[in-house]
Amino acid sequence: MRNLLLLTRRELSSYFVSPIAYVAMALFLVIAGFFFALADFRPGAPAAMRSIFEIMMIILVFVLPIITMRSLSEEFRTGTAETLLTAPVTDIEVVVGKFLGCWFVFLAMLAPTLLYVVLLAAFGDPEYGPVASGYLGLALLGAMYVAVGLFASSLTSNQVIAAVTSFVILIVLAMLGPWIASVVPSRWWIIPVRGIITQATVRTHYLDFSQGVVDLVHVLYFVALTVYALFLTVKVLESRRWR
Amino acid sequence: MAKIIEVENLTKWYGRTLALDRATFSVEQGQVVGLLGPNGAGKSTAMRILTGFMPASSGTARVAGHDVLMDGLAVRRSVGYMPENVPLYPEMRVEEYLGFRAALKGIEPAKRRAAVDRVVERCWLGTVRRRLIGQLSKGFRQRVGLADALVADPPVLVLDEPTIGLDPLQIRETRQLFRTLEGKHTALIASHILWEVERICSQVIIILDGRIAAAGRIDDLCKKWVGANRAALEVRAGADGADGPKEVARVLGQVGGVAEVRREDVGDGWSRYIVTPQGDADLRESLQAAVAQRGWRSREFHVHAPTLEDLYLKITEVRDGGQTQTAA
Repeated sequence: MRNLLLLTRRELSSYFVSPIAYVAMALFLVIAGFFFALADFRPGAPAAMRSIFEIMMIILVFVLPIITMRSLSEEFRTGTAETLLTAPVTDIEVVVGKFLGCWFVFLAMLAPTLLYVVLLAAFGDPEYGPVASGYLGLALLGAMYVAVGLFASSLTSNQVIAAVTSFVILIVLAMLGPWIASVVPSRWWIIPVRGIITQATVRTHYLDFSQGVVDLVHVLYFVALTVYALFLTVKVLESRRWR
Repeated sequence: MAKIIEVENLTKWYGRTLALDRATFSVEQGQVVGLLGPNGAGKSTAMRILTGFMPASSGTARVAGHDVLMDGLAVRRSVGYMPENVPLYPEMRVEEYLGFRAALKGIEPAKRRAAVDRVVERCWLGTVRRRLIGQLSKGFRQRVGLADALVADPPVLVLDEPTIGLDPLQIRETRQLFRTLEGKHTALIASHILWEVERICSQVIIILDGRIAAAGRIDDLCKKWVGANRAALEVRAGADGADGPKEVARVLGQVGGVAEVRREDVGDGWSRYIVTPQGDADLRESLQAAVAQRGWRSREFHVHAPTLEDLYLKITEVRDGGQTQTAA
């Protein structure tokens, strides 16, 4: 437990001394801010953040891998994995520590978006319920994206490959479903398959949060995928010990 | 004496390359043992297996009674490891890093500062303790790596080339540090710097091409492989030809009881000849007589104590299936 806190703290502090985190955060906030102004902050629009939450789901597919790409690959590349993995810490502690560190960076990146809520309150009368649940959904979404990014990072010592791998996985998960549903023609046997794919897509499970609905199924989807990605990452690390 | 490090038939394949070939050796408690071998011999591989960073292809390794594969965590708690290229986090400060490592290795918060202070002092890092690791010179980085290995005061130390890149003063200071370790810590130090290993360690394990070529006390091994009482003499021969250096070597080689003659040029027409006797005899008188009989001038006659370098060269020669007499 104590090791976990140590590793999380070290991971967090190492992010904030590197320019990458700041660049990614700035990028995210600029794009999100732009779309917020365009989509939700228009005169006459309802004081809600529905569009921006959905847009953030897509922006994060590209921004979070940039933040997570160095988490394990950099350790492999510089050789610090050797001192880390020969210390009396378990692989689980290492992985969860890195995950939490990255996730907190993500949350720190989200924090300035609370300004949107302030702006909405200043110019309208927003319903805070959907906003709060929307942020919950975003936090869960971010956890899943970070876990996927961490897994991709454990596979290689090259940061670029790690980033691209997590892009691909996330794009498949986040955008594939609706696209397939719209492109593939209807046949009787396609319908159940389409059902499955829709259930696997992030969008299906994420949108309800910004409507104010906190459905256990949706929460479980994100938690399960996060845990699964972390489990795979632990296995990849462990395999170095018996490969 | 309890065996702290036990390695039995350790084999490691990297794809189709055999890095370790049924290596078997052990280190007893309190010993400071040098692991000697050329680059690529398998020293780093053996150390990585011992610290649990990578698994062996077959064979067993135990540290402080724990199997490195089955009981990895317990092994890592007992071992302070310094890898070959001293990987560090460049964005942390020295004392920050050492504090982090101390905490990771299980030192309670109350004792952490004292532990860090102790290794900072022992490794001469006082002047740079607040500096960013990324800004340190190679010598300081080595010392941070060493401090990291020592910070939890582990019973076993596994150090891979700890003095590479240090300047002579730093090397001498590090050597003094190692001398204080003997008895309290057990240390396995990999190196290819022979004269340093000779001064720090009383025992060596020589590894060549993944196989253990020799292991034991340095003086015992020297006696066994090289022989004591080698005579060294400097002779000035005439010009090349009938009286040249080759002739000198030949004549010396024919003196009764001589096993091997090795020649080094010392300049100005003088050559140094190192003569190995077959047994343990002191051949100085007979050599002196042979030289005088041919009328050559000689200076400096002494008994040459075998160095680790002689031992190492001898073992390498034997491994190469080589000659017992090197060319002059």
